[in-house]
Amino acid sequence: MDLRLRRKLTNIVALFLSMLAVAFGLFWLFWILIDVFKLGVNAIQLSLFTQMTPPPGSEGGLLNAIVGSLVQVGLATLIGTPFGVLAGVYLAEYGGHTWLGKTTLFINDILLSAPSIVVGLFVYAVYVAQVGHFSAFAGVLALALLVIPVVIRTTENMLVLVPDSLREAVFALGTPKWKVITRVTLRASMAGIVTGILLAVARVSGETAPLLFTALSNQFWTLDLDKPMATLPVTIFKFAMSPFADWQRMAWAGVFLITLGVLGLNILARILFRQKH
Amino acid sequence: MADSRTKPNSNLGANLGANLGEWIFHNVTRLFALLTLLLLAGIIASLVYGALPSLAKFGPSFLWSSGWNPPMEEFGGLVPIYGTLVTSLIALAIAVPVSFGIALFLTELSPAWLRRPLGVAIELLAGIPSIVYGMWGLLVFAPLFGQYIQPFLAATLGRIPFLGQLFQGAPMGIGLLSAGVILSIMIIPFIASVMRDVFEVTPAILKESAYAVGATTWEVVWNVVLPFTRVGVIGGIMLGLGRALGETMAVTFVIGNSDQLDTSSLFAAGNSIASALANEFTEAVSPMHTSALIELGLVLFLITFTVLVFSKLLLMQLARQQGKKT
Repeated sequence: MDLRLRRKLTNIVALFLSMLAVAFGLFWLFWILIDVFKLGVNAIQLSLFTQMTPPPGSEGGLLNAIVGSLVQVGLATLIGTPFGVLAGVYLAEYGGHTWLGKTTLFINDILLSAPSIVVGLFVYAVYVAQVGHFSAFAGVLALALLVIPVVIRTTENMLVLVPDSLREAVFALGTPKWKVITRVTLRASMAGIVTGILLAVARVSGETAPLLFTALSNQFWTLDLDKPMATLPVTIFKFAMSPFADWQRMAWAGVFLITLGVLGLNILARILFRQKH
Repeated sequence: MADSRTKPNSNLGANLGANLGEWIFHNVTRLFALLTLLLLAGIIASLVYGALPSLAKFGPSFLWSSGWNPPMEEFGGLVPIYGTLVTSLIALAIAVPVSFGIALFLTELSPAWLRRPLGVAIELLAGIPSIVYGMWGLLVFAPLFGQYIQPFLAATLGRIPFLGQLFQGAPMGIGLLSAGVILSIMIIPFIASVMRDVFEVTPAILKESAYAVGATTWEVVWNVVLPFTRVGVIGGIMLGLGRALGETMAVTFVIGNSDQLDTSSLFAAGNSIASALANEFTEAVSPMHTSALIELGLVLFLITFTVLVFSKLLLMQLARQQGKKT
């Protein structure tokens, strides 16, 4: 074949395949979302938000699971955020060039992608096995450990972006470094850090694996952090794997709620970040 | 200056206060950075400690013996380790070419207005929680996969000698192959976004030179962009592999959770390390069973840790190379 023609054809075929790859990716996204919305909306009832998780065959809702998720994700964020922001401040402002800073930054990126089920095992070993029973607090710990690397990463990224001229201007006024950081650089990168926190919340709201051996689950209403507590993901896992049609229906409703929440947070984070940058 | 001469004491106090505040703030932030490091050490130490009874009893043969019999207290990790590796490799085999295509489209072909929404859409795939993939995979995808795709694969690829052994058996919908396919969808966004980012760092002058001598878009990508960013591309693939190895919920739903594996077919039900943990850990009654599961967790952590370190090093190498050139 003519060389020119062959090059041209190769190009066309390759570019066509590339478009096909994009279509392939979008195809799954839409297929999953459409199914989740269709099956989820059908299963949404008022009773989901007013009643507790039922035994098979009877009426019920997801109230305890929804509240359990909100409580545990909320507390995990409260614990993980200050931890992550402070460590991020060290990496960006103080120790970025020391061995501690470099190693932590490196290790943090590993922790970011480490399997979440291993974090669950870790909390089981150091907390659950020591106190002798599953508890919501253990679940909070596991989720907080997943929040931390995300917050560290974004805090560090955002602080590094703050121009040095801004820091120097404030230093020139005789301000001590810690005040420069808390009053100026952290404020300047606030939008980015909040974005990071939202993404961290989005990530842990859907986490199931680390809760299996920490918070476990609970069929009943509880707000006691020392007892097992239901969460939406673990309840979905239990209900979806069951052979009962009404449990599966409720699992679809739960999946719908989680997807809505997580994608909503993702989109909110993007909008917030874009407005500022 | 005039101030300091008239009120030396108060200024000294203010200085001391500022220094103390500085010292406290500096060290508090350092403490939290240090705690992050200790977290990693703590994870490894606690897993090793928990796995000690199993390590002592089974030794290294745990890695290649396949008996998993909780009542008899016989444990070998081969089946879940095999399942973890095989599902992740299937996922890579699908996800790598697709991600490459997506990155190529986003960096070279897409009109500027489409780039952002498409990028966001692909990244939203990464945002969907794995339990959603799992439940959807089990209740929607697996039945269709078993009804249409698996018989088709058995009738086509299954006929090829040798390779065909991978596509034999009853098309159940669930199993190693289905788990691999679902995993591939989950890791496409990670690999694609790394590939896109590294493709974008290719200096425009290199690409423009190639275009100027008449190279086609494909030739520019294949012969200029890819060689230039090879290290980063491999780093991205490793990152995807790291994600796939440790993914729990999506796999647990569709892999079939079988502790026995006596066929080489990918249609067969199997188990992965993460799904074995998810299913059995809270039900394990004997301490040895728990310990063997923790050892599996340790194996998983060490594999993903190695893969992720490798990935990170490669991406850092590309960034350094970048720093030198610009």
